[in-house]
Amino acid sequence: MADLRPDLAVIADHIRPHSRVLDIGCGDGALLAALRDGKQVDARGMEIDGGCVERCVAQGLSVVQGDAGRDLAEYPGASFDYAVLSQTLQTASRPDRMLTELLRVGRRAFVSFPNFAYWRMRSSLLLAGRMPVTRALPVSWYETQNIHHMTVKDFEQLASDLDVRLERRWFFTRERPIRPAAANWRAESALYELQRG
Amino acid sequence: MSADVTRLALPDPLPLDGGGVLDQVVIAYQTYGELAADGSNAILLCHALSGDQHVASLHPVTGRPGWWSRMVGPGKPIDTDRFHVVCANVIGSCMGSTGPASAAEDGAPFAMRFPVITIRDMVRAHIALLDALGIERLHAVVGGSMGGMQALSLAANWPERAGRVLAIATSSRHSAQNIAFHELGRQAIMADPAWSGGDYYSAQIQPAAGLAVARMAAHITYLSEAALTGKFGRNLQDREAKSFGFDADFQVESYLRHQGSGFTRRFDANSYLYITRAMDYFDLAEEHGGLLANAFAQTGARFCLVSFDSDWLYPTAESRHLVHALNASGAPVSFVELSAPHGHDSFLLDVPALDRVVKGFLDG
Repeated sequence: MADLRPDLAVIADHIRPHSRVLDIGCGDGALLAALRDGKQVDARGMEIDGGCVERCVAQGLSVVQGDAGRDLAEYPGASFDYAVLSQTLQTASRPDRMLTELLRVGRRAFVSFPNFAYWRMRSSLLLAGRMPVTRALPVSWYETQNIHHMTVKDFEQLASDLDVRLERRWFFTRERPIRPAAANWRAESALYELQRG
Repeated sequence: MSADVTRLALPDPLPLDGGGVLDQVVIAYQTYGELAADGSNAILLCHALSGDQHVASLHPVTGRPGWWSRMVGPGKPIDTDRFHVVCANVIGSCMGSTGPASAAEDGAPFAMRFPVITIRDMVRAHIALLDALGIERLHAVVGGSMGGMQALSLAANWPERAGRVLAIATSSRHSAQNIAFHELGRQAIMADPAWSGGDYYSAQIQPAAGLAVARMAAHITYLSEAALTGKFGRNLQDREAKSFGFDADFQVESYLRHQGSGFTRRFDANSYLYITRAMDYFDLAEEHGGLLANAFAQTGARFCLVSFDSDWLYPTAESRHLVHALNASGAPVSFVELSAPHGHDSFLLDVPALDRVVKGFLDG
């Protein structure tokens, strides 16, 4: 699992062997393949991009082409031990509903997202007066898929409003784990393990 | 690869969904690749409405390459160096398996005395063939269009017989529009005076005109509007100007007439009636208490569904409907809508992404 993105590597480390996992927005299937091969996990994926789905299926992964905002509703409740949503929540049309759906189909969920309150973002807005373009958010405002930027504080507030329990959390900057102190300033991205309250 | 027609007589009468049994059923089939000693590498390929068992060998009537020779063979996505591929002509058809042109007990062709059959009856015959061949459990069952319906029916009704199910450009049921197009084809056949209530086998004239019209109408449904426009546009056929008559002025007319007449040389009109009827009767949910998810309650198989964005005959929504049912029943399922310009026929044509998906799903 050495090649996984840092948030995916943490997720892969913390998922129990032989569990059932749904990775929503699974991209090219890196996490799914790692879970299947390393932990004998029943790993399924959902992905909106047909090219990505084709590459996943060509690796023998079980991936369905679909739009999570619409198609997640078709899964029965608690059909997975874990639902994973990595770097995708900020693209949802309604992140609050997406989070609720995640914890309906999964007993637990892992959610990672870019932190818009990271100090480089703040300085870009404060000093340059421009929407930030950074390593974690490399696309200009007019073509980004990220339509609901959020911060660490925003996410924790939403979790509290939705009665979602924050089981564990990890923070990353420059693709490396960092300590949680002042994470809303210092973290480029955040990862949470969640459970229904 | 041999083009010989291999036949097997089923040892027992075949029970039918419509009641009664079919006696002395003969199944014509082809195999490619060696069956492993433990029998674990068999793939059942199911052909479509006008298809046959000659998947990857020369067609004995037309002399043309098999209908999926681009997909099946040594080193191809369905690799016959690795898999033992079996393809059987469906019952009701006319390429060697028992159908309306076969002799009934009195020695005369069944014609319209042949019982109306279902997709599940076709699959029941396939299962009987697999039993006779000693193939207990398939590595996979694979099919496109009506072949996909057979694959799904096998998964639903004989869940222990296949480990993987690959259903391409297909549906769990025939829609009103699907039935309507088939009815158009059947009425064209029956309106041909030469059809004679189905008793034309010993006559001088065959109902070729009716069958050709049926095929022409169906062929339009297999192609996308963009494919027809791209291929023919409004181009004229071998002429500089319109004839102000009813010859095939346009290339698309000439093409359709050619498709229609070519079809009548290899296909039996009554078989066309019976097979289209079987497809119209197909409704996997109805067979399982009205809930599609119930059809897959017993399955332990992995599923892969593929649709094409230009297929308006069995559109992506039909595959999604199946995916939702499979998710609800907890079955591992993959689904991808591939982009291809050819319409429903994309599953037979050069779509490299389909090759990769088929190979990945069967190998993985």
